[in-house]
Amino acid sequence: MDADSLLLSLELASGSGQGLSPDRRASLLTSLMLVKRDYRYDRVLFWGRILGLVADYYIAQGLSEDQLAPRKTLYSLNCTEWSLLPPATEEMVAQSSVVKGRFMGDPSYEYEHTELQKVNEGEKVFEEEIVVQIKEETRLVSVIDQIDKAVAIIPRGALFKTPFGPTHVNRTFEGLSLSEAKKLSSYFHFREPVELKNKTLLEKADLDPSLDFMDSLEHDIPKALVPSLAYSPSILIPELPFFQDGRRM
Amino acid sequence: MGDLPPYPERPPQQPPNRRTSQASQRQHSQDQVQPPAADPEEGQQIAPDARRNAPGWSQRGSLSQQESLLMPRAFQAEEAQMGSMEYPSMNTGFPLEFQPQAYSDESRIQAAELTTSLMQRLQQGQSSLLQQLDSTFPEPPVNPLDPFNLYQTDQFSEGAQHGPYVRDDPAFQFSPSEMGFPHYSAEVPEPEPLELAVQNAKAYLLQTSISCDLSLYEHLVNLLTKILNQRPEDPLSVLESLNRTTQWEWFHPKLDTLWDDPEMQPTYEMAEKQKALFTRSGGGAEGEQEMEEEVGETPVPNIMETAFYFEQAGVGLSSDESFRIFLAMKQLAEQQPIHTCRFWGKILGMNRSYLVAEVEFREGEEEAEEEEVEEMTEGGEVMEAHGEEEGEEDEEKAVDVIPKPVWKPPPVIPKEESRSGANKYLYFVCNEPGLPWTRLPHVTPAQIVNARKIKKFFTGYLDAPVVSYPPFPGNEANYLRAQIARISAATQVSPLGFYQFSEEEGDEEEEGGAGRDSYEENPDFEGIPVLELVDSMANWVHHTQHILPQGRCTWVNPLQKTEEEEDLGEEEEKADEGPEEVENHAPGTLDHPPVLQPLPAVLSGRCALQPLAWGLCLCQRQVVGNTSPLGWVLVISHDESMENQTVGGTG
Repeated sequence: MDADSLLLSLELASGSGQGLSPDRRASLLTSLMLVKRDYRYDRVLFWGRILGLVADYYIAQGLSEDQLAPRKTLYSLNCTEWSLLPPATEEMVAQSSVVKGRFMGDPSYEYEHTELQKVNEGEKVFEEEIVVQIKEETRLVSVIDQIDKAVAIIPRGALFKTPFGPTHVNRTFEGLSLSEAKKLSSYFHFREPVELKNKTLLEKADLDPSLDFMDSLEHDIPKALVPSLAYSPSILIPELPFFQDGRRM
Repeated sequence: MGDLPPYPERPPQQPPNRRTSQASQRQHSQDQVQPPAADPEEGQQIAPDARRNAPGWSQRGSLSQQESLLMPRAFQAEEAQMGSMEYPSMNTGFPLEFQPQAYSDESRIQAAELTTSLMQRLQQGQSSLLQQLDSTFPEPPVNPLDPFNLYQTDQFSEGAQHGPYVRDDPAFQFSPSEMGFPHYSAEVPEPEPLELAVQNAKAYLLQTSISCDLSLYEHLVNLLTKILNQRPEDPLSVLESLNRTTQWEWFHPKLDTLWDDPEMQPTYEMAEKQKALFTRSGGGAEGEQEMEEEVGETPVPNIMETAFYFEQAGVGLSSDESFRIFLAMKQLAEQQPIHTCRFWGKILGMNRSYLVAEVEFREGEEEAEEEEVEEMTEGGEVMEAHGEEEGEEDEEKAVDVIPKPVWKPPPVIPKEESRSGANKYLYFVCNEPGLPWTRLPHVTPAQIVNARKIKKFFTGYLDAPVVSYPPFPGNEANYLRAQIARISAATQVSPLGFYQFSEEEGDEEEEGGAGRDSYEENPDFEGIPVLELVDSMANWVHHTQHILPQGRCTWVNPLQKTEEEEDLGEEEEKADEGPEEVENHAPGTLDHPPVLQPLPAVLSGRCALQPLAWGLCLCQRQVVGNTSPLGWVLVISHDESMENQTVGGTG
C-alpha cells in the first residue's frame, strides 16, 4: 500500500480482521515519509505485517523509478525506526525453508536446525549431526521474498513498459471494469516473467508488449480465486499491488 | 383437437367480409379458421365453463383475439353441447358470456353485451382475467397449434394495449360502461372443480424449470408476444426457431448499442439486503431510546464499544462492518428467542466468510432439533444389532465361508447435551450482514476428534463437503462448528476473579472441578492493575471447559453402554475395569486446565505463555492506570493446528 493512500487501503483490507491501531497508523505515515526522504526512494509501500510471538515485524518496501526492479525491504518493530534488510538470495531461501513454525519477533534470534551430514573420513562414512544456525533475519528476508514471488499480483494495465526498459506506473489506469475484474487473465504476477517465453507464437500475437510483459494468473496451478476485493463497494481496484493471502502467522 | 362436437353450423355463416378483414390482420394460416385445425388463438378470456364453450369455439376456428370476442355468432345454443367437456386443448377460453347461442340478433346483442362486459372486466383487472383465462386443463394434448392457443389471454391482456387487435365491430356499439353483467351471472353455474383444475394447471405451468428461473408460462408468454408482434408469414413453420430464439433472448438480454444498460452487480443486491437492515433499525431506533431506560432488556451487546477497544489493540474489522454486524445481530435477536448473544467473530473462507454469533436461548427453546437428531442416531444403533445377528446365522449354515471380520467399530461416543460442555452455546452464522442467519448443529465428539486431525480452508458454503483424510464425518457446517468449539474452549480467558462459580463450594471435592461449567460474573470484582495482568499469567484463567481427547468436556466411558447388552456375569469384570479406565483417562483430565484456575499452574504442554503473549501487547496498550472492571474477555486464536484460519476479535 502506498504511503499516500495507506488509510484507504487499510479500510479495504480490514475485512480480514487484521488492522492497525490508530497510533500505529499515525506513526507509520510519519515514518514512511522519512524513509522515503532518507533513502531517496521514488515510492515507499507498506508491505504488511508478519506476526511473531514476542513482537511483530512491520515491513515496508521502497521502489525506485523502475517498478519491476528489485525492491529494498525494510523492517521495523515499532513503526518508527526502520532497518534495511539484505536482498534475498537462493541460498538464504533454501536455508530457511527448513525452519517451520512461528517467528519469534526478535531479529537476532537464531534457529537451530540439526542436519545429518555424511562425512567421509578416510574410508568410513559417518553421519554427523551438524547444527545449523539460521538467523531470524535471514528467514524474514526469504519469507518476504517467497510471498512476493508467489502472491503479489497487479491488474493488467496498471504498469506499462517503454522501449527504454523501465516499467512505469500507468497514470491513466483507473481500475478494471467489473467484467474484467472477474477474469483471472486480467491479473499478472508482479515479478519477472517466467512463462512468457513459453507461450506459442499465436498467443504472443495477441499480447501487447507494453502491457503484457508479466505472467498472467490464468495458468497457475492451483487456480487462484478472484479476490473478493473486487466486489467491495468501491469498484475501483487500486492500482497498487494487493495481496490475496499474504498473511503468514 | 379431434373432438370437435358435431356442429352442423360452420363458419360460412360468418360474413366473409369479416373473415377477410381478420385474415388480413392475422398472419395465422387460414386453415386454422377451419374447425378441424382449430385453433382459436385469440386471447379469449376463459370462463370457468369454457370447456363447454370450447366446442362451440372450435368450430369457429381461429379467430383473432378480440375478433373472436366480437364474433358472437355461430354459437350453438345447444345446452347439450355445453355439457360436453371433451374439448381437450385449452385453446382460448371463451368468455363466460360466450355461450353458444343461436345466431340471432338477440343473441348477437347479448353476446355483444357479453363482449363488452368482458372488456370491462379486462380493464378492471388482469389478474382475475388470467385466472379465468387458462383453460388449460389436466391434459393439454399435444397439439402443434397449442402454443398458439395457450395463454392467449396474456396476449389478450396485452392486446388491450395494442391498438391493432381491436377491431371495429358493430357489436361494439355498446360501450363497456353501459353494460353491466348481472344478467349472465345467473346463467353461469359455479364451476368450482373447474376453477380448481384451472388453477392447478396454471400453477403447474408457472413452476420454474430446474435449470433456470424461467417457467413454462413465462416462456410461452414471451413466445406468443413475439409472434404477435412480428407477425411472421408462416408462423407454424418457423415455430421451432422462434422458440429457440425466445429462449436464447431470455438469457442473453439484448444490449442496446446506444445506451448502456446498468449492470446488475452483486454489490447492488448486497446493498439492497443491507438496506433492509438499516430500515429495520431505523424503526427500532426510536424504540431503543425508550428502552434505554430499561437497561438489560436487549440481549445484543454493544459491539461498537468492544470494536473500539479491539481497534486500539490493532485487531478487528472496520467500523462500517462492525456497525453492520451490530444491526445484523439485532435482527437475529428479534427473530430468535434469545437470552444472551455475543458476536463471536469472523471466520474467513475462500469464497465467502462467516460471521459467527454465540447465542443462548431462553429456557425451553431449541428442543425440536435435538429430537430429530436423536432419532437418527437410534436408528443407526438398531441397524448394527441386526448386522451381528445375521452374521452368526450365516456361519452356522454354510460350511465354507469367508471368515467374517471380528472387528467392530468403536462405540459411538454420545454428544453432549445442549447447554453443557461443548454444546453450551448455540451458534448462528451468516455470510454477510443482512443475509439470513443459519443455525449450526450441535457438535459431536467424533467431529471434534477428527477436526483436530485435519486442516482445511472454509469455502463459505455450509453444505460443502469436507474432503479430507482421515475422513471428516460431516459437511462444512459440522466442520465449522467443531472448529468453533475448539477455539472457544481453548482460547477464552478472563482475569482471575472476574468470573466465579455459581455453585456451592461443597461440590468441589466430589466432582473434581471437571463437572462444573456454570459460572457467572463476580459482582465484587474490582479489577486488576494492568501491570499485574501483563507481568505474569497468574492473573489470567480459562473460564470455558477444556475439550478432552475424547471430544467432550465431561468424560464418558464408552464401555458402559455395552454393559446393558451383555450378561450380568460380565458386569463385574467390567466394573473392575471401569475405574481403571477412569484412572487411565484421569491424566488426560489433569492435563487440561480446570476451569477458573490460574493457567501456568496447570498447563503442561500447551505453551501457556505463548498464547498470552499477544495478550501482553494488548494490555500494554490499555490506558495505564486504568483499573476499572473492564473485564472484557479476549478470544485469541493461537492453537497451532489452526494456523490457516484467523478469527477476528470477539468481545
